[in-house]
Amino acid sequence: MSENILTPEEIIKTGELVFKKTKLMTDAELSYCPGCGHGVAHRITMEVIEELGLEEQTIGIAPVGCSVLAYEFMNVDMQEAAHGRAPALATGIKRVYPNKTVFTYQGDGDLAAIGTAETIHACNRGENITIIFINNGIYGMTGGQMAPTTLPGMNSSTSPYGRDVHTMGYPLKITELVAMLPGTSYVTRQAVHKPGLVRKAKKAIKKAFELQMENKGTSFVEIVSNCNSGWKMTPVESNEWLDKNMLDYYPLGDLKG
Amino acid sequence: MAKVRGAIVVDTERCKGCNLCVVACPTKVIELNDIVNGKGYHPAFPARHEDCTGCMNCATVCPDMCITVYRLKPQK
Amino acid sequence: MEEVKLMKGNEAVAEAAIRAGVDAYFGYPITPQSEVIEYLMAEEPHKRTGMVVLQAESELAAINMVYGAAACGKKAMTSSSSPGFSLKQEGISYIAGAELPCVIVDVVRGGPGLGTIQPSQADYFQVVKGGGHGDYNLIVLAPATVQEMADFIELAFELAFKYRNPAVILSDGVIGQMMEKVVFSPQKERLTDEEVDKLYNSWATTGKKNGRERNIITSLELVPERQEAHNHHLQAKYKKITENEIRFETFNCEDADYLLVAYGSSARICQKTVQLAREKGIKVGLLRPITLWPYPSEAINKLADQVKGILAVEMSAGQMVEDVRLAVNGKVKVEHYGRFGGMVHSPNEVLDALETKIIGG
Repeated sequence: MSENILTPEEIIKTGELVFKKTKLMTDAELSYCPGCGHGVAHRITMEVIEELGLEEQTIGIAPVGCSVLAYEFMNVDMQEAAHGRAPALATGIKRVYPNKTVFTYQGDGDLAAIGTAETIHACNRGENITIIFINNGIYGMTGGQMAPTTLPGMNSSTSPYGRDVHTMGYPLKITELVAMLPGTSYVTRQAVHKPGLVRKAKKAIKKAFELQMENKGTSFVEIVSNCNSGWKMTPVESNEWLDKNMLDYYPLGDLKG
Repeated sequence: MAKVRGAIVVDTERCKGCNLCVVACPTKVIELNDIVNGKGYHPAFPARHEDCTGCMNCATVCPDMCITVYRLKPQK
Repeated sequence: MEEVKLMKGNEAVAEAAIRAGVDAYFGYPITPQSEVIEYLMAEEPHKRTGMVVLQAESELAAINMVYGAAACGKKAMTSSSSPGFSLKQEGISYIAGAELPCVIVDVVRGGPGLGTIQPSQADYFQVVKGGGHGDYNLIVLAPATVQEMADFIELAFELAFKYRNPAVILSDGVIGQMMEKVVFSPQKERLTDEEVDKLYNSWATTGKKNGRERNIITSLELVPERQEAHNHHLQAKYKKITENEIRFETFNCEDADYLLVAYGSSARICQKTVQLAREKGIKVGLLRPITLWPYPSEAINKLADQVKGILAVEMSAGQMVEDVRLAVNGKVKVEHYGRFGGMVHSPNEVLDALETKIIGG
């Protein structure tokens, strides 16, 4: 068996290159904490843009939050929005360029707190845009404060004794709200903390962009993700915690379409 | 039975030592190095490279796109 | 072909926008400027020129839709009235920081708070002095007629694109609501997508085609040295605008002993005051700033060498008067007069104020 005596160096030299960073991610080192799900979510989004051949017609919108610098990493034309306003920017772009591909990339504070009105109304108008929504249940960039999506009883720096739903309200299932709106074509909840889930999430993102190009209305992909720094865990622990705790409240799968 | 052989290249300086690839690898090829990189992280490396199948799980979960994967199919 | 029409100032803004080849209007209704979006919706400009008109869910959304479209090199605009303009300030600061061209119309009503739907000029501070966070300036044009409401749309876009800076048409409820004769210039074609790509390839986010690097529109720069450098760049731009774009007109200033400084509808009222004063043998002149930023400080300073006193007339508790005082720099007495909170002063009230505050004061 000749292959068994090949060294890894020889495989690298003669074998098939099966995975490398997409050219639609820049070479800039990601500003995210070690193990943060943002990196994977960025990458699969840009892999989809590349695979669908949309590079030259795509305009992305970065939010305010940890991914405020997404435009440094996503190698397409990008705009940086004020906190929560990304769907309004996307609307402005798509209305003057109906044939371009437009997406927003937003966290839970941006999309489900300060930008709730922009989110709901863009979806309700059925803007032909794709919204990628990263839900890690916390405000990461500002240092781990309570988010609209923080779980009941979950600790954060502004709910240090756990989220008390009687005084702090319940976690907002905005994806379920968005799925109710007639303007949305495809609403799904995915995750990226396991290899199989990453592959599924990428398929969902691909479907979302394909539907946008068919002018089917707003496509909306939530990605339940981790925040090991905010949750004060190691990356591996945070993924295990996510798997055990987040998915009951935020079950994975397609909600619509 | 001849198995698919794979190999990985880790961009050691980019790696933040998050350990997610170590956990994701089904054949336990990867470990974190004792030495640190320029950023002070213990970067991932293929400690048991001969067991790599090129399944890409490590690269799929790597948030920092540090891993490139090669694969060699068994000769028929 | 030129066309003469009788219409409201707000309607003139809308018709002029269609004719200027504007690509998109995003707005939210508020009195006394709702006729802008009503006219546009009724006119269906997508059939005339392909112009997009959209009623947003809020002023916040509307200005951010303008951001998105402007960042693609398109001619985008919005309009509002004072409380709505306050809401837009966040987006305006971002647009100024990201150096995007766009036009915002403010048809001012009385405040503070919900205030009143009657006319006012009490938005001078929030429009001319920035209003949002950070060091930035808006190009501010102050129309005094319905004709100028129309004419300034094209001028505002011209200046906005020339300097990649937001431009504001600061009007008020008087000019927005009153009807006058307007002569419209012929229809201008909207730029094609290809023309936009060619003209604004260096910055507009239209998709990175033809081998160019990606374009990024942002107002964020975390490295303080670079943010300072960006601010220096902005200040240099503002200096250039100040050197080149000051606009004003004078009325009976040649032999004036006293000067009125007023903009917009107050300037119209003050023209009558000048006439009434001269009938009484008082030689009064009027300077009307057309650009409120950049401000005609030098012209006012020169007139201060000639006149004995200056009255700044505005429908506010005294906002623009600060710029008049800065321009005059203590040479002569400067006072403010104006009704406010929705009240409009009469020519005789202005004359009385001139006589008591300046001539007899």
